[in-house]
Amino acid sequence: MVSVQSDQRSDEPLVPSSVKIVIAGGFGVGKTTMVGAVSEITPLRTEELLTEAGEEIDDLAGVEGKNTTTVALDFGRITINPELVLYLFGTPGQDRFWFMWDELSVGSIGAVVLVDTRRLEAGFGAVDFFERRHIPFVVAVNCFEGSHSYTTDEMRQALDVSDTVPLVLCDARDRESCKAVLVRVIEHAMNKLDVMA
Amino acid sequence: MSQHSADWWYDEAAGPMVRPYAMVSGRTRPKPAGDELTLTTQVRAIRTSSDHGSLLVEHLEIIKLCRKPLSVAEVAAYLNAPLVVVKVLLSDLIQRGDVITRDPSRTAVPVDMNLLQKVLDGVRAI
Repeated sequence: MVSVQSDQRSDEPLVPSSVKIVIAGGFGVGKTTMVGAVSEITPLRTEELLTEAGEEIDDLAGVEGKNTTTVALDFGRITINPELVLYLFGTPGQDRFWFMWDELSVGSIGAVVLVDTRRLEAGFGAVDFFERRHIPFVVAVNCFEGSHSYTTDEMRQALDVSDTVPLVLCDARDRESCKAVLVRVIEHAMNKLDVMA
Repeated sequence: MSQHSADWWYDEAAGPMVRPYAMVSGRTRPKPAGDELTLTTQVRAIRTSSDHGSLLVEHLEIIKLCRKPLSVAEVAAYLNAPLVVVKVLLSDLIQRGDVITRDPSRTAVPVDMNLLQKVLDGVRAI
């Protein structure tokens, strides 16, 4: 391989590094709305093609009969400084794309599990996923107008999350509200790191 | 396959599949130069004296897009092409030296207090 990788010497153009925060939750809960509220760009969508043959093939010759489907990922970006970019990735809402969550969560600094009180149970899977992988996460309750209000204790109980997991109320359309959620995720990640040290 | 009519190729399943992969001659794996590419790997085009004559239109679009650093996912979104196809195209360009990425050993940023503090400050500042 030709050695073209940057060692970030001063005479070479700067290539920033990047970090991720994953925004998870059920279908239609407002993940892309949240990404859009804080992203410096209109949320982008990228699609991955999936085939039945999956990773086992190097070439598409002969697999014309396989079913293909696409999984869409919506994401936004926040440029922290010229050397560091934060990406916010929404998880695919449909359950059949669970396997994509692994790729998304590798190297993420933390996650938001966005839930809505009308369908709290849609957040179970995400809570379980991040708990098992020890990824710091906060539960953010998207307070839709007209949605029932429960106490945070009731919601904690319904979602079966412990007191150590921050639970915050938010409005996924509101920039300041979503900023506050991200701040909680990062602070929570810092606390967990501190405990481990 | 021969018993199928020509329409067989244009069903819902084949539709989104044929063109993107045709772009990269059916290749579904990036060259080794692109092994380390993830969704958020930053790529940047550099000025070279290399001959662009053999490049595809999509290669040239990537070079144009990456005049400022972008992630693989952003390139895919702007190019409106599937991620795997973009990784293949990027691997061509990395091997040629038209596009650089971070040294693979430096791509995975260690999550430490210093990094988290920077991210926290950055988010608070938006």
